[in-house]
Formats: sequence, C-alpha cells, structure tokens
Amino acid sequence: MELTLSDDQQFFCDTTRRFLATECPIAQVRALASADAGFEPGYWRQGGELGWTSLLVPESAGGGSVSGSGVIDLTIVADAFGRHVAPGPLLPTNVVAATLGRDGSGAHADVLAGLLAGDTVATWCGAEHALGEGATRATRTADGYRLSGVSTPVEAAAQSQSFLVTARLDDKDPAEGGLGPLVQFLLPAGSDGVTVEPLASLDVVRRFARVEFADVRVPASAVVAGDAPVADDVEQQLLHALVIQAATLVGAAERVFEFTVEWAFDRYSFGRPLASYQALKHRFADMKMWLEASHALTSALAREIQDGAEGVHETASVTKAYVGHHLTELLHDCIQMHGGIGLTTDHDLHLYLRRVVTERSSFGTPADHRRRVAVLAAGAAA
Amino acid sequence: MSAASPAADGAMESVESFVARAEAWLPDHLPLADTTRMENGFGSDEEELANVARMRATQRTLYDAGFAGICFPAEYGGLGLTLAHQKAFDEVSAPYDMPTLINIPTFVPCGAVLLEFGTEEQKRRHIPAMLRGEELWMQFLSEPSGGSDVAGAMTTAVRDGDEWVVNGSKVWTTGAWWSDYGLCLLRTNWEVPKHRGLSVFIIKIRQPDIEVQRIEMINGSREFCQEFMTDLRISDRDRVGDVDDGWTVGRRWMFHERIAMGGGSPYTSGKPPSHGAGATGRDHLLELARETGQLDDPLALDLVGEARTLRRAASELSARVGEGIVAGAMPDTAAAIGRLMSGVVNERIRTIGADLAGSSVVAWADDDPAALFGVEFLMRQSGSIAGGTLEMARNNISERVLGMPRERTLDKDVPFRDVPKGPPAAGGETR
Ligand SMILES: Cc1cc2nc3c(=O)[nH]c(=O)nc-3n(C[C@H](O)[C@H](O)[C@H](O)COP(=O)(O)OP(=O)(O)OC[C@H]3O[C@@H](n4cnc5c(N)ncnc54)[C@H](O)[C@@H]3O)c2cc1C
Ligand SMILES: Cc1cc2nc3c(=O)[nH]c(=O)nc-3n(C[C@H](O)[C@H](O)[C@H](O)COP(=O)(O)OP(=O)(O)OC[C@H]3O[C@@H](n4cnc5c(N)ncnc54)[C@H](O)[C@@H]3O)c2cc1C
Repeated sequence: MELTLSDDQQFFCDTTRRFLATECPIAQVRALASADAGFEPGYWRQGGELGWTSLLVPESAGGGSVSGSGVIDLTIVADAFGRHVAPGPLLPTNVVAATLGRDGSGAHADVLAGLLAGDTVATWCGAEHALGEGATRATRTADGYRLSGVSTPVEAAAQSQSFLVTARLDDKDPAEGGLGPLVQFLLPAGSDGVTVEPLASLDVVRRFARVEFADVRVPASAVVAGDAPVADDVEQQLLHALVIQAATLVGAAERVFEFTVEWAFDRYSFGRPLASYQALKHRFADMKMWLEASHALTSALAREIQDGAEGVHETASVTKAYVGHHLTELLHDCIQMHGGIGLTTDHDLHLYLRRVVTERSSFGTPADHRRRVAVLAAGAAA
Repeated sequence: MSAASPAADGAMESVESFVARAEAWLPDHLPLADTTRMENGFGSDEEELANVARMRATQRTLYDAGFAGICFPAEYGGLGLTLAHQKAFDEVSAPYDMPTLINIPTFVPCGAVLLEFGTEEQKRRHIPAMLRGEELWMQFLSEPSGGSDVAGAMTTAVRDGDEWVVNGSKVWTTGAWWSDYGLCLLRTNWEVPKHRGLSVFIIKIRQPDIEVQRIEMINGSREFCQEFMTDLRISDRDRVGDVDDGWTVGRRWMFHERIAMGGGSPYTSGKPPSHGAGATGRDHLLELARETGQLDDPLALDLVGEARTLRRAASELSARVGEGIVAGAMPDTAAAIGRLMSGVVNERIRTIGADLAGSSVVAWADDDPAALFGVEFLMRQSGSIAGGTLEMARNNISERVLGMPRERTLDKDVPFRDVPKGPPAAGGETR
C-alpha cells in the first residue's frame, strides 16, 4: 500500500479495518467456514454502504471513490481484506462493476445499481480469455447468440445473481479456426443451460465453482458493449483482478509478519527469545525486504492502472510474479518460525496461508506471469 | 552556452522547468551512454585513465551548465533543489553518458559526510571541487583485519602538535590509484572501548608517504587497491568531526553509503545505464535469449521474466525506501532494506545470465553474444560484499528496523587494546 495516505484515505482505511475487526473477527471467519455461502448478505450490504464496490465506477454511473483515484482506494480495501482474511466476493464484484460502469449505454444499470448497493453479487467468467486461454464460444443467431463452454474456477458463482461472461465469437472462416473477436454478456444466474457445480477450495470463506454453458440462448440485449473494444475491456478486467490480488496478498502477509515478529520476541528457547538468534533474524530481514518490495510494486501497479500508463501490463505481471511468489514464501517461512503450532488449524496462520495461496495461484501463477513479462518485453523490443 | 536560468526572484525553480531545461540541453552536450558495455567492464590502465578523465570533464560540463549537485546547498556550488528534481533529472539523463562513477563514493558518502560534519572551511575547500569534477574521493574504511567490523579499525593516528602521524593499511579501496582524496577512519585512542577511540580524516592520496598497491579481481579488473601509510603526517585541519568521536561520523557515513547502494540518496545524480530495469535501458538477458534462439523456450522465458521482475522490484523498493526516509515514514536504518535487495537481485540475475548462456560460460569467441556472462557469474558476489555485506544489512534490518536483540559481542565496554583480534596464540599445541 502507499506509504502515505491522504486524510480521507486514512479515514477510509481505518473505517474499513475497524468494520472488519468488529463485524467479522477471525472467530467469525472460522464459523463461516462451515456456512454455505461463506458470507452473509447483511454483511455484504454494509460493505456496499462503505463503498467496497463503488470505487472503480464513475460517479456518473452511480459509483465514486474516496480520493479520485479509485484503483488506489480499492487497494486499501483489498489490503484490509487480506489483513482480516475477510469473506465476500470483493474481486469478482469489483471487476464486473467496473466493466458495467464503463458501458456508457446504461443497458445494465439496474444490475450495476444492485452491485453498488451490495444488494446483489456478480461474478466474472472470463479470466481465461484475459490470459489468452479462453475456451468459451459464442455463435450468432437471429435474435442474439448461443453460448457454449466452461469457466473454472469461478469465485462466488453459486452466490451470484449475474455472470459476466467473455466468449470468442465463432463467426470467421472455419478454415481459419473460426475464431472471431471477443464478446461479453451479462447473464442472469439460473439462465437455461447454465450449470454451477461447487468445487472444494482452499480458502475457508471464499467459494468457487465450475460454470458450464451448454448451448445457452443469449438475447442481444445481454451484450455488454463498453466504449472500448471488448479485448481492451478484458485486459482491464485482468489488471483490476491482479491489483486486488496483490493488495490482498500484501495485507495478509503483513499481518502474519507482524504477529510472527511478536512471537519471535515472546517465544524462548535455550533461555533466549527466538528473536535473538541471528539465523532467524536474517530470515526476518529477508521477509521484511519481500514485504516492502511487494508494497512498492503494488503501489506502482495501482498508480499505473489509475493513470492508464503505457507498460502497465508488464508492471501487472511483474507484480503478480514477485508478490505471488515471495509473499507465499513469507507465509511458509512464518509457519517455520512458529514450529509445530504453525502447521495446525488451531493457529490462525493457516487461514492466511489459504488466502495467500488462493491469490497466488489464480489468474496466472507467478511462473505464468514471469513468462508473460518476457513475452511482453520481447514484443516491445522487437 | 549556459542553460542555467534559475528563477530570478529567488523562488525555487519548478521540477517541470528544471527538467525541461535538462531535456533541451542534454542532447547537444552529452553523448548517449554505451549500453553495450556490461557492468564491471574492464580495460587497460590507459583506457581506465581516459575514462576517468572523460568523466571529470563531463562533470565539469554539467557543473557549468547548472546541472551538478542538484541537492547540494548553493553556498557550496550545488543547486539547492529537491529530491524530486534529482529523480526527475535521473530519468531524463538516463540515456546519456553520465559520470555516474563520481556518484559513489565521491558525492555519497564522502560529500554527504563533509556536508554534515565538515568545518565550513573544509566544505568550501572540497565540495565545489567535487561538483566540478576536480576532486575524486574514495573511502578508506576496510582494513586487512576485517571490513564488516568497521569500528574495529586498527590503522592509527597519533597526535603530534597540530599534526597527526598515521601508520597502518587500508584495503579493498576501489579506484584509489586514480583518485585524489580518501575519507579515512583511523584509531586515535586504544585505551577506550572501540567505538570511542576513532576519528575521521581527509587524506590526500597521491603523496610519498602512501604506497598504493593494485589488486587484481576475478574479472581482471585492477581497480581494487591497498594503501600502506607509513609515518604519514596529516594536519589537524583535515580532521572531520571531533577527536575520538569518529563513530558518530561513521554511523552517518554507513547510512549514506547504504542508501546510495539502494539508489535512494539525494546527493547522487544520474543513474548508471540500467539493464532491463524497465522501459529504458537494454535488457542484456532478453537480447541473449533472442540472439541464442531461446525465445520460444518456456524455461528461458521464465528466467528472462524473473530477471526483469527482480530488477523492477528492486527499483520500486529503492524508490519507496528513499521516499519513506525523506517523508519520515521509515527510519533511516531502512536504507539497509534497499541495500539487501540490490545484492540479492544482483546475485540471482548473474545466475540467470549463466543459465541462459549455457556452455558459453566456459569458453567463448569474442563475437559470442554470451561472452563475459561467465566472468560476470564469477563476479557474482561483488555487489553482495561491496558497501557492506548482505549479512551486515540483514543485521541492520533485524536489529535496527525490527528492533530484535543485538548480537552479543566481546568488544563492549573493554578498552580496544584488550579486544581479541584473532585466534589465541597457539600454546605449543600441534595442529
Ligand atoms: C508432523 C510432526 C510430527 C511430530 N511428531 C512428534 C512426536 O511424535 N513426538 C514429539 O514429541 N514431537 C513431535 N513433533 C514436534 C516436533 O519435534 C517439534 O515441533 C519441533 O521439535 C520444533 O519444536 P516447536 O514446535 O516447539 O518449535 P520451537 O522450538 O518453538 O521453534 C520455533 C522456530 O524457532 C526455531 N528455533 C528454535 N530454537 C532455535 C535456535 N536455538 N536456533 C535457531 N532456530 C531456533 C525453530 O527451528 C523453529 O523454526 C512433531 C512435529 C510435527 C510437525
Ligand atoms: C567491489 C568492492 C568494492 C569495495 N570498495 C571499497 C572501498 O572503496 N573502500 C573500502 O573501505 N572498502 C571497500 N570494499 C570493502 C568492503 O566494504 C568489505 O569487503 C566489506 O565491508 C566486508 O569486509 P571484509 O571483506 O573484511 O569481510 P569480513 O568483514 O571479514 O567478513 C567475512 C564474512 O563474514 C561475514 N560477517 C562478518 N561479521 C559478521 C557479523 N557480525 N554477522 C554476520 N556475518 C558477519 C561477512 O558478511 C562476510 O560474509 C569493497 C569491496 C568490494 C567487494
């Protein structure tokens, strides 16, 4: 997160953290582990009132940010979500809301209003296309489209009222593979031909599912136009997903680092605190370095997305590659510093580890993004 | 022609105006940097001396045009501008052949230390000369008995009226053979605990009572030097800070060095050509992968991407730490975080270079795109030892940033004379 926040941002940060600490303390997170949805509608509605889903949406479309830099403000929320391993579909709802907010046609204004208020939830079935691996296909029909394919894992699919689906149009010459441009639809949950199959997942309070589209009839009115070409929209969605992930990782890792440092002072072996052993102190120094570098990259990424900087795609992949890898190392190191207790579910560490690994391994692993960095750079230099 | 046109009413020139002037001036006055040269390039002595002479001249050109010493006070020849001016200037000057070798250690730590502790006379004597490229400075810190334990210096200065008589040796000094002055940490009292018996002096390097010996490094460079000082007399006017209070100076000296190593000092200007750190600069590893036909190999892409990731992380981290310290959001000691990062990243990137270069690391033709990646790999540790080792940086972070207990030492509260300085003498036992 940014080293210095404006007064408004600081207030927003404090409010968000205080709300999560009181409304959803770790004991509640543990209790929600066995609940179907992983979060309660009332909690999410309050989050909507606090602005969790409005930050990427322009005021003209009903949204608004704290500082005028919505992406940076959203990293404040995501950081707090990491610190508190908070439940709730922060990432997919914001990605969808941002997309609908960019769609100047107002065709989906009612859905957007529900998302902004926290009354409803939506999810994003399109990350595969953003990473160049999408397999959903759409064919034009007389009154719209037919949609087929699979998207997985999709966060909060079973809890969502709408799905933002990206598909590739099948309207080119079959001899050339039949591949046309990307198109996006907003589908109501429960549309005919859509099946949502819940999956087992690592995070205790976030639910994921496999979503299958079997010959789904999509009316033309479901198309999400946007002002920019759909491919740009899809890239923007990935950028938003990656910056939310990075900030969540930083928040979670920083919290774990804090209580692990405390533990190192409190835990004695051979008559000395663990914090006095150089072998361990040096590991803490490395962790501090990873953490500060991750903060620095996440801030840089948020600023570049906000400003629409050239090169932002490389920055996004650099950030995911670094933060995803090193903060997972940090979590594992903190477990090591805790000894046996670190491997148990009695300790909170595992809740954080689950959150961190979830972010690390979705929307591209660190290795995927390292290769992406090289490909982008090779393309730029060619 | 002079491009200098500071605001006439005495108000500080805006960053935008300063950068605009620099952008207009640079293309006509400085050549572009030669980015084909790898770091730690080495040549003959003649080439090195020519390089140094060219750097001095470039520094003078910058000075005359009003672009030198951006954050140094105006009364000592600087511009008295802000870190923001310096950072912006670093960006626009990055493609040019900037005299970056003068940055460390002449401007930082030496110039920075003089600014903080020098007498008015010392500052006026030396800082403008540094900014004009007339004085190149080196750090005389390390000694054969151990560089990490900086305060354990044994090279001694004994007072004789208005003069001091110095005996002993400093070592691992980069570039002493072509430099003018050394900022030197000396022991002035053996009867008090080690930190309380040190003083700092300015030493003129090229003079009869100092013998400078060259030491060859793994990459063939002969920049490393050892200096032997025998009955060298220096004036008390050249003492920086109080007698026996050299550690107060020394601590700030280390701070300035660390923050400069991490790239966050206000006193450096211009940055060395970056290799794949971001949009500017060449990425030697990407080029190597391309020239050796490895761009369709997922493992090679992973390595190239990792190197770019690490460089970018290091540069964003150093910016954060630099800003954090200036804004008071981080303690000065956080400079060690940037220092650690630069070392760790450098090590990994050299290993990646060796992996991408394959067997060319072992033997190569002159026109081999992988030539020198092997030598670079052999030199991998240089950035992890120079400027204080990574272990010392880790000690600093854990103890001074995280507040963990200090390591126990045997030199506390004991007169330095009685501190163990080597294994106990063999008491007749055979080994
Ligand atoms: C899967 C598993 C099975 C086990 N089975 C058994 C069993 O059957 N019977 C049994 O009695 N125990 C068992 N244990 C416990 C195991 O032996 C201890 O967890 C282990 O000895 C570490 O002790 P601790 O957990 O108290 O960690 P601590 O001793 O508190 O150590 C915490 C951290 O500090 C480090 N540390 C501590 N002291 C120092 C030092 N002086 N220098 C450097 N680092 C230090 C440790 O390496 C560790 O990283 C098991 C543990 C596990 C994980
Ligand atoms: C390229 C280069 C340029 C240099 N330029 C200069 C220069 O211009 N002027 C100058 O004065 N010096 C210079 N140096 C010297 C440099 O500052 C020293 O090499 C460095 O401080 C380490 O000191 P040492 O070599 O004596 O190693 P030692 O201090 O003997 O250390 C040996 C090893 O022990 C470790 N170690 C020592 N003490 C501790 C401890 N308390 N805890 C944990 N680990 C410890 C070290 O990290 C190191 O790994 C340069 C070095 C290099 C490589």
